[in-house]
Amino acid sequence: MSQLPTLLAGAGVFAAEETAEAVVAQSWLYDNAWLVFTLPSASFLLILLFGKRLPFKGAEIGIAAVSTSFILALLTAFTWIGDVQDQIAHGGEGEEHSLVVTDAGLGGTAGEAAESVAVALTAEAEEGGHGGDVRGAPVINEVEWFGIGTDANRAVLGTDANQPNQAPADDGHGGSSFSIPIGTQVDGQSVMLLIVVTTVSLLVHIYSTDYVHGDRRFTHYFAFLSLFTASMLFMVLASSTLQLIVGWELVGVCSFVLIGHWWEEKPNSDAALKAFLTNRVGDIGLLVGITVLYFAADRSFSINTINEMATSGAIERSTLTIAAVCLMAAVMSKSGQFILHTWLPDAMAGPTPVSALIHAATMVVAGVYMIGRLYPVFYEGFGIAGGNINLMAFIGGLTTVGGGALAFVQRDIKKVLAYSTVSQLGYMVLALGVGAYTAGMFHLFTHAFFKACLFLGAGSVSHACHHSFDMKADMGGLRKYMPITFTTFIIGSLALAGIPPLAGFWSKDEILAGAGVWPGTGGNGTFTIPFIFGLITAAMTAAYMTRAIWLTFFGDYRGHAHPHESGPRITIPLIVLAGLAVVVGFLNMPSPFVSAIGLPSSWAHKFEDWVEPEGVASFVGGENGFTHASPSLSLAIVATLLAAGAGASVWLYYKRLYARDPKATEYTAETGSIMTQVGALAVGHKVLEEKYYLDHLYTDVIVGGTKGPVARAAYWTNQNILDRMVDLVGTSSVAVGRFVYKFIDQGAVDGAVNASGSLAEAFGQILRGVQTGQIRQYATLLFGAATVLVAVFIIAV
Amino acid sequence: MESFLDTWGITAMVFAPLVGVLAMMFVPEKEEELHKTIALVATVVSAIVGILLLANFDYGNSGVLQFVVDRSWIDVISARYSLGVDGISLPLVALTLLVVPLVIVYSWHHIPEPGNAKAFLMLTLVLHTGMLGTFVAQDLVLFFVFFEVVLLPMYFMIGVWGGEQRLYAAIKFFLYTLFGSAFMLVSFLALYWLTGSQTFDMVELAQRVQSEGLTTTEQVLLFGGMFLGFGIKVPMFPFHTWLPDAHTQAPTQGSVILAAVMLKLGTYGFVRIALPILPQGAQQWAPWIGLLAVIGIIYGALGCLAQTDMKRLIAFSSVAHMGYVMLGIATLTDFGINAAIFGMVAHGLITGMLFFVAGSVKERYHTLEIKRLGGLLIQAPRMGWILGITTMASLGLPGLAGFWGEFPVILASWQPSAGLNTTLFRVYMVVAAVGTVLAAGYLLWLLQRTAFGNPTEEFADDPHIHDTVFTEWVAWVPMLILIVVLGFVPSLIFDVTNEPVSLVGDVFEALGN
Repeated sequence: MSQLPTLLAGAGVFAAEETAEAVVAQSWLYDNAWLVFTLPSASFLLILLFGKRLPFKGAEIGIAAVSTSFILALLTAFTWIGDVQDQIAHGGEGEEHSLVVTDAGLGGTAGEAAESVAVALTAEAEEGGHGGDVRGAPVINEVEWFGIGTDANRAVLGTDANQPNQAPADDGHGGSSFSIPIGTQVDGQSVMLLIVVTTVSLLVHIYSTDYVHGDRRFTHYFAFLSLFTASMLFMVLASSTLQLIVGWELVGVCSFVLIGHWWEEKPNSDAALKAFLTNRVGDIGLLVGITVLYFAADRSFSINTINEMATSGAIERSTLTIAAVCLMAAVMSKSGQFILHTWLPDAMAGPTPVSALIHAATMVVAGVYMIGRLYPVFYEGFGIAGGNINLMAFIGGLTTVGGGALAFVQRDIKKVLAYSTVSQLGYMVLALGVGAYTAGMFHLFTHAFFKACLFLGAGSVSHACHHSFDMKADMGGLRKYMPITFTTFIIGSLALAGIPPLAGFWSKDEILAGAGVWPGTGGNGTFTIPFIFGLITAAMTAAYMTRAIWLTFFGDYRGHAHPHESGPRITIPLIVLAGLAVVVGFLNMPSPFVSAIGLPSSWAHKFEDWVEPEGVASFVGGENGFTHASPSLSLAIVATLLAAGAGASVWLYYKRLYARDPKATEYTAETGSIMTQVGALAVGHKVLEEKYYLDHLYTDVIVGGTKGPVARAAYWTNQNILDRMVDLVGTSSVAVGRFVYKFIDQGAVDGAVNASGSLAEAFGQILRGVQTGQIRQYATLLFGAATVLVAVFIIAV
Repeated sequence: MESFLDTWGITAMVFAPLVGVLAMMFVPEKEEELHKTIALVATVVSAIVGILLLANFDYGNSGVLQFVVDRSWIDVISARYSLGVDGISLPLVALTLLVVPLVIVYSWHHIPEPGNAKAFLMLTLVLHTGMLGTFVAQDLVLFFVFFEVVLLPMYFMIGVWGGEQRLYAAIKFFLYTLFGSAFMLVSFLALYWLTGSQTFDMVELAQRVQSEGLTTTEQVLLFGGMFLGFGIKVPMFPFHTWLPDAHTQAPTQGSVILAAVMLKLGTYGFVRIALPILPQGAQQWAPWIGLLAVIGIIYGALGCLAQTDMKRLIAFSSVAHMGYVMLGIATLTDFGINAAIFGMVAHGLITGMLFFVAGSVKERYHTLEIKRLGGLLIQAPRMGWILGITTMASLGLPGLAGFWGEFPVILASWQPSAGLNTTLFRVYMVVAAVGTVLAAGYLLWLLQRTAFGNPTEEFADDPHIHDTVFTEWVAWVPMLILIVVLGFVPSLIFDVTNEPVSLVGDVFEALGN
């Protein structure tokens, strides 16, 4: 392993010395991964403080910071790839690799903290079994965040001292507290997302300088783009579930702010609130799930520890199931899965570049990313190995079809893309649900580029059409006016529809194969229903994208603007993303294909090598689980034909419609209808237009009910029962006081009784006095009485 | 210097404000500037002594009482003048030392109707002494005196400088709290006699309760008395009805002090007195406290949703937030109690800020009726921003202080102290987690209706509506900075509280096994 780049080891060397068999995979870049998110967060502050005074109103700071992060991410990725390739090259020698925790990161923290976590995570190497072959194991850098509880406490709770990264932190004063670390975890999955986030973010920054030019809150917009980028990167690099929560919520709040960017209009702030509140509902699951895992993993937030314990069987299957179900709720809200997806289409109220960055390419995949991060928990918890259906695969399947169907009935081009995003996120969750980890991650990767391309394309179109997104009223025939936008949009759509050889084809195909249903694919089980959902979606995707393309770019222009091609700051990001949509799919070509076209076999499934910790193969499912599905040429052909056929039929539909009436956008009574007149179809159409009535249920029934009758009832109880009782105590004391005074205590009154009697009387009288206006006397009386009472207390004791 | 701090430090800190009161007595009422200066100087002196104490505090032994003063006071009943600071009181002392000077700075241009800065500031200073004293007293009688001293100034603050229904609110506040205190005092006295210890010293009483073997029944009863005293002060559901009235009627400064510090006297009492002295009693009471806490969380949130007045909404939110603090305490675990103390400080800063903003909104719009507000971000953008950050903090957003008083409590409820019913607390946990959704709901709706949108016609061209002024900045910036810093560096508090809290936690661990 000495061939590995060891630019700087620092305390990493110390760790290596401590554990002789540990091999240090070190790089300055790994140790300083925290810079990747620190730069944009610094940029957030700088833009807020100085942005308005700068020539480009703060955009330059954001772009500089994100570019630097982008370069760091690229360098980290290259280093990572280099390391993994080295490991592959030397893999046969049976060397023992290990992951190492060092304390070099987040420099400048107290030495005592650094000492605390300088523990090698050598579990894999030591435990044997699946050790000895952990290519791509994570590199974790942690320092102490805070300490809570005591060491002794943990002993009581039976914490296993063999859990190396839970070693008590010596707080330097003799006592020891239970340390909760903060740090970065660099591995294939996080590096992959670093690339996605920084690339799309950088392009969106550039695009935005034109798109939101002259906006009323230009500086503020860029500040929050920076904060979003920082939060997302923080979440991606999180080494603990606690950090994951922090990043998770921070991206949520950035999303809230950016959806509500134009908060003067109520629909926008409504959409922002809806997004935040829906996510909060899912967050209940996140908080509970992470708590369950924390205790299940013997009080640890460490993602790595949780994963190891889930894999080794140290955590009971039933506990994992509870945790997985809880976390699934969080995935449903964050990643727009049915039935918590309803916020995502509304989130399109934000500026279009935000939709591209946050609500398509990055933040909404956080849920998918989290499943990947804690994959052993889900894999074991849902019993994916050998199964044929589970909650995750089912939700993913339902979402992918349900979202795709909704994309058919939208007039708004961004809403088409939003429902398409819902559908594709469902695809990713489906992939993870059937055990196709790499396929799911790969689809996340490819989808980010082509969907960002499509969203930015839609933005470019609307830029040309007076900021309208209405395909039916304000678009049509735009291909003539905006050739670059048109071409890139077509490329993005083909990639999305899974037409070979574009990016979406490779990832979608891998997912379908991963379901293990098609003969010869193998896989982790036989997931028939998800597979059928997947195939249906493949056809639907091509169909609704064809519809959107026709309505936008073909036929005659129906709007009243003077459409024109956008400027270079808009078109260049489009071209770059379209280019990526073409090429990124080749990163994970299946081996049979690679050999068939005569490339060296080392070109096959690179993405899998780099992103999937070989860990996972051993790590997930132990010895008997987690197999990779084999690709199938026949399946690829069938899926492609389905998509092409569906696309072609929609094309013909609009072609015929156009022949009848060039301005028509759908069959109506005049043009001869299909959709709105045949009974069953009309009902279906209505259900889709009403978005399955879920919004009515949430907004009117649940939220309206809570805000209205339930809250009012609670408040009524407060005012008329609880508070009335307090008043009643006062008035009845007066009555008792009167009685005592009149019948028992006429005349002879000693000091203490007098005090408490008039106290009670005053209380009651005062309550009445509010109405009779005699407050002042009673207040004086009462104050006197109270003073006496206090004096009595003090003197008496 | 060292020896001065050791012998006189705490006393100087606690009574410096009273020296200010003394000075102000001899200054005529119309010298307002001078009064403000004296008040500020008195609190700053107190704060400087406090900072020196903080600087000389041995953080490695935060479980041990430091700067202890122990002198005879009322020999007849062996009540002693006994003061000290440890890791549990330190964050709350620091909070008080921070908030009161800021309130005085804020008062520079905001003396509420009907004026009279002299009386108003003198009351503030008396309050200051009372609150500081409560947090450092180590003798039950002394604690009780300080605990009650706080009542009178606040009574006058609400009753004289309050809103339209100020007298009703003031008397309700006063009598209700006093009612609870009476029971608390009975418990204190009963402890004295039952243990036969001839002392009111907290630490010694805790030992005596165990060595004398007080029965569980006795402990449950004694705890019940304290529960009424502290629980009403917190306030816990269903004893909370004085709070919305007091908060709504109180002047801004009163609301800030009430929310930021005074509510914590109750929760502090639980952690400092009730739990360590009566562990068996606490164990019996914990499920009920937990129940009331989670009811409070949901109930307070629903109450918020029904409000039409901004200040009353913030007041109700305290019921919900203090529910989290009490749930943390009810778990009887070190995790939960640490989080509860964090929650006290966080709630103090955040809700204090919310009341400040509400006060400034009221000053500009002369109303807090949510329906009539809107577009704050347009008319006073900086204040709108501050409101935004503070609501985010209040709903427990990670990265801001509120989170650390909330999530760790939820976490601790999954595994309460041994001897408590785990299933029950897990139900509480889920209810508390649902409370976070409701909290986001009422706070964001508040933000949407007041800050977003366009100003209503009524105020659209009102020239009186201006953005944040200098004294507001001075008063608010330190609190805002702390809200953010504590959000990212929770160790600032956890490292101080952990050791003493672990000692409390150990008692319950031992008890459960």
